[in-house]
Amino acid sequence: MKLLGFLLLVAGWAIVLAAVVLLNKTPERSAFAIAGIGVEVLGLILVTRAHQPAKGESE
Amino acid sequence: MTPATVQCLFFIFLVPLASAGLTLINTGLGRSRSAAHAMLASLCVMAVAAIAYTLCGFAWQGFAGGAAHSLGVAGKAWNWIAAEPLFLRGRPLDGSPASLAVLLQILSVGLAALIPLGSGADRWRLGASCASAALLAGCTYPLFAHWVWGGGWLAQLGANYGLGHGFLDAGGASCIQSVGGLTALSVAWILGPRRGKYPSQGMPAAIPGHDAVVVLFACFLTWLGWLGLNAAGAMLFAGAEPGRAVLIATNTTLSAAASLLTTATITGVRFGRPDASLCANGWVGGLVASSAACAFVAPGAAIAIGLVAGVLVTFTVGYIEWPLAIDDPGGAISVHAASGFWGVLALGIFARFADGASGQWLAQLVGIATLIGFVLPLTYALNWLLDRLYPQRVAPEGERQGMDLYELGAGAYPDFVTHGEEFLQ
Repeated sequence: MKLLGFLLLVAGWAIVLAAVVLLNKTPERSAFAIAGIGVEVLGLILVTRAHQPAKGESE
Repeated sequence: MTPATVQCLFFIFLVPLASAGLTLINTGLGRSRSAAHAMLASLCVMAVAAIAYTLCGFAWQGFAGGAAHSLGVAGKAWNWIAAEPLFLRGRPLDGSPASLAVLLQILSVGLAALIPLGSGADRWRLGASCASAALLAGCTYPLFAHWVWGGGWLAQLGANYGLGHGFLDAGGASCIQSVGGLTALSVAWILGPRRGKYPSQGMPAAIPGHDAVVVLFACFLTWLGWLGLNAAGAMLFAGAEPGRAVLIATNTTLSAAASLLTTATITGVRFGRPDASLCANGWVGGLVASSAACAFVAPGAAIAIGLVAGVLVTFTVGYIEWPLAIDDPGGAISVHAASGFWGVLALGIFARFADGASGQWLAQLVGIATLIGFVLPLTYALNWLLDRLYPQRVAPEGERQGMDLYELGAGAYPDFVTHGEEFLQ
């Protein structure tokens, strides 16, 4: 899950970069950039869940 | 030297006060049995960062208009890394803008390297924190800072793709604060929580800081430090003329003030009285949020930026502790990463430029996406590799005993009587 999360982080960034490079119209660019950020947020959620300590692990 | 150079030097000389402030905040919010360790770790980390940055950091960061490597992408040049000599060779340190940038960066990279000490408090080995600082100062920081301040591809988003004036950050909300904050997040993940923080049943244990007076005094130091940091950064990296320092200082102060009052109000309503440590975090969060836009917005906007930063810090500190279960004793992730992101985005929302260029907010969004999608995985990978080679977390015995006794052989407060239950946590 951790690795998948980090892959999503990088994939989200790639979507944002692709939107900037490949698209010209501002609304399309904005929509794809926001979608890329959304993918990054999903990745962050996965990475965070993968790092959550099990109950009582820190005792 | 010209009067502008002297003024810029004066601002740069204020920056170590920000480091002193952050050091005291990290120390005061940690346990008393790790206080001396926290102070020494801060000094060592800044020393390592300064040397690592001098060794190779500046060579890879460079400055706008200097030698650099570029990639061709769809007919546009993507400037991705500088090509300066190692060890500052051939770089005269004579008061030129590039030499002032070198000095400011040596101090700023130390400030960025201090931030993860807040999230790794009470359990991060001294040697490991120094090694991690070397990775930050020698690799992560210079690479991203080149993209923003060294004429890299983020700075050129305006010229290449018509996104406003390209990614802008006058005082380092992204390069210094967010990079440091994301490293703090990586360190907190890799180290795991302190022993006893998340019991098998019930809510997380509250482990309060040991010296609220030191923490609050440190807020005054950070204030002075940030005035210098924002003003010097704006003059060197955003082309602000010397007279603009008045606006920058006003905006910096107003943002911190609004953030502090917001935090005090929210904690007063939620808990019945203001929370001192959260208020300190709110103050620094306001300073962090002011950094990017301080030279580009009106004072009213600076107050709005601080207001949102105060709300953000107050709620993210609690949310990160639970349910996200990330143990961050100093609140570094909320204060530096979350407020840094907000500061960067706020520039895109509030800044107005005379030429009416549009798309600035999208350029800022691309910068945030780069921080989350590139800097976070990179800094995590570097720290994860370091952890494999040299375990970063102290042994359980060291955590029970306290970092002072275990790693330094003496406590910060020898006259203190240590209570039995403190050792059992």
